[in-house]
Amino acid sequence: MPFFGFRGGVHPDYNKGATSGKPIEVMPVKEGALYGVPLAQHIGAPAKALAAKNQEVKAGELIGQSAGFISANIHAPVSGRVVALQDLPHPVTGKTAGIVIEAAGDQSGIVPVNVSAKFQETVLNAGIVGLGGATFPTNVKLSPPKKVDTLLLNGAECEPYLTCDHRLMLEKTEEIIKGADIIRKALNIENLIIGIEENKPDALAAFGKFVSAYKFELIPLEVKYPQGGEKQLIKACLNRTVPEGMLPLEVGVIVHNVGTCLAVFEAAENKKPLIERVVTVTGAVKEPKNLLVRIGTPVKDIIEYCGGFLGDPRKVVMGGPMMGFALSSLDVPMMKGTSGILVFRSEDLPDLRQCSCIRCGRCVDVCPMGLIPSVMDRFVVKEMYEALADWHVMNCIECGCCSYDCPSRRNLAGGFKTSKREVMKILKAREAQKNG
Amino acid sequence: MADNKFLVSFSPHTRDPLTTDKVMMLVVLALLPSILVSVYVYGFYAVKTYALAVIFCLGLEALFLKMRRLPVTVRDNSALVTAILLAMNMPPSPPWWLVLAGSFVAIVISKQVFGGLGQNPFNPALVGRVFLLIAWPAEMTSWIEASTFKSGFMFDAVSTATPLGQVKSEIISSGHIVSTGIADVADLFLGTVSGCLGGDSALAVLIGGLFLIWKRIIKWHIPFTYLATVFLLTGLYWLISPEKTLNPVQHLLAGGLMLGAFFMATDYVTCPMTVKGQVLFGFGCGLLTVVIRLFGGYPEGVAFSILIMNAVTPLIDNYMRPASFGEVKS
Ligand code: SF4
Ligand code: SF4
Repeated sequence: MPFFGFRGGVHPDYNKGATSGKPIEVMPVKEGALYGVPLAQHIGAPAKALAAKNQEVKAGELIGQSAGFISANIHAPVSGRVVALQDLPHPVTGKTAGIVIEAAGDQSGIVPVNVSAKFQETVLNAGIVGLGGATFPTNVKLSPPKKVDTLLLNGAECEPYLTCDHRLMLEKTEEIIKGADIIRKALNIENLIIGIEENKPDALAAFGKFVSAYKFELIPLEVKYPQGGEKQLIKACLNRTVPEGMLPLEVGVIVHNVGTCLAVFEAAENKKPLIERVVTVTGAVKEPKNLLVRIGTPVKDIIEYCGGFLGDPRKVVMGGPMMGFALSSLDVPMMKGTSGILVFRSEDLPDLRQCSCIRCGRCVDVCPMGLIPSVMDRFVVKEMYEALADWHVMNCIECGCCSYDCPSRRNLAGGFKTSKREVMKILKAREAQKNG
Repeated sequence: MADNKFLVSFSPHTRDPLTTDKVMMLVVLALLPSILVSVYVYGFYAVKTYALAVIFCLGLEALFLKMRRLPVTVRDNSALVTAILLAMNMPPSPPWWLVLAGSFVAIVISKQVFGGLGQNPFNPALVGRVFLLIAWPAEMTSWIEASTFKSGFMFDAVSTATPLGQVKSEIISSGHIVSTGIADVADLFLGTVSGCLGGDSALAVLIGGLFLIWKRIIKWHIPFTYLATVFLLTGLYWLISPEKTLNPVQHLLAGGLMLGAFFMATDYVTCPMTVKGQVLFGFGCGLLTVVIRLFGGYPEGVAFSILIMNAVTPLIDNYMRPASFGEVKS
């Protein structure tokens, strides 16, 4: 079994023990509860609202129409009545347009997805986006403009605390493989590779049983973060290097998260739209769980369902601790890309007192993209975006390894994230100058 | 529950437990073997010198931060490291005003004036040493015999010469080494020859240096390339004209080379950050040290060499940026 590895990366405490052994539990829909469904749960243009106030909707009914190429459909997660079309709190943008549904008592039945002859259309109809967190519309990824020879399934789940993919891999092993098989057949891809971090031997064993029946390659991955980064995964499994600024497609690969594959299977085989997903709720909550939750459920209901807070919460993070977003409000709804809800008390939080960069070079050593974060940080502070562009800030995958390892607690990754927009402008201007 | 009680900050939300003050403390810990050896060898003089340097350096750092109306950050322990290294780079029993002058130059002139922690282009302790060496050459080379502890502990110091110094003056006066039995390798290794306060025992420095490498505080690249370069170049010269210099092993162990290679050349702030840059830096230090020791006017070349390479560090960092992941060379 080949394994090539990549440079850099860190080894944070994984803290997965609280939930890794807990089977996925279904969080029931509560009559009268409000579900806030954002119209933008994917990168790209927000969907167009199809529902009107006071309209009765059924779970699975289309309420948001994909608007444009990189956009995704949105379905009613529950049956009930639309009570408002209003802004909802959003962890990144502050607020986002959404549709609020009050759940009815009867939740039997889900409106099936329109299965189309073209498999990509079925995926589009089901509203599937990348469930690993990047939320790129899956149908777009599944319509490669180039020949793809390898489908790579990402089962690394390298973010600390999160166990939702791990549980899916154990409980839905064959469905995931079948989903991958559907993709493989539809796109005529020869190789299927499934990469799983070595700290999940049970998942490796579960997939191992199907290797000969479905003819794929199973690769145990080194346990380190960000092993699940697309480019890192491709390097580790195939020893191919995706050129800077390009997509995996460039080297003939598409990467899908295991949860996404499952969603594809459920859409294609069971006609089920994406209206729920598994989320790991852990940290300072009374009963940490892996929960199957309807999209739109407010974070506070989810935490309540897990027995409430343990002690005094200080920070609530949506996603993993390395790349997730700190929430300012517990009214933020569960979205398609939400893989975790983590609660931290003051005593769980690291000392964040910043001091000057001591040029220790630790950030340089751990950057999986071969960047020099300490130097880039100086440019961020001085708003020198030209220089930032020249030091390849656009190649930063925002993994947070540099910030994680910085003893001076510099806000490295955060600075790069926020500077990218300005740098993008400069690069576009340069491009225009070159071509004009 | 009020929403505003939640802390909102950028990811990542978890951090490696190592902070800057702990990094500095580990360096202090790594210097402990050398400190102990120097106290054993020089007794009260060593204790006094360390104490003065620590008081002066920490005090000046706090004072100047206050004057610049900045938060007093002596708790980051960087001034403590500078103080210990400065003391180690002085003769064992300097007068108090020499320590004060050195501390002033190190902390104020070469660190705070440039903006404080992380901003100084040159290693502060070395700037202090070189300044003193130039301004007070006599005081800076008044060595005492490395056996005070055994012969009465306190006030009966016997003045003597360092091995490198003696060799240098003999070569200058007669063209070759006169005395025999200078600097037994075992003595150099254990530290029972006279010299600066802290660089005496190569063994003690080595223990600390390896500890830092093991703790991943420093990487091996700079010390290794530095020492290897000195060893190979002095070895070459020694093979050609053995009467004109010490053998390469003696060169490795004598003077401040070990201390410089493990603790001063590796100073984060003033050395390059990439592995490639560090190898070049180590080689440069080695080459300059050999040139000064063999052909220069000073018997010892470590401090000068590292400072000169410090000046080159920004260039190295700028021009030796490694290719980023998937970078297409245009
Ligand atoms: S890890 Fe932090 S302190 Fe060290 S070089 Fe990078 S930015 Fe500077
Ligand atoms: S956040 Fe960006 S700069 Fe920092 S380690 Fe990750 S890729 Fe490198």
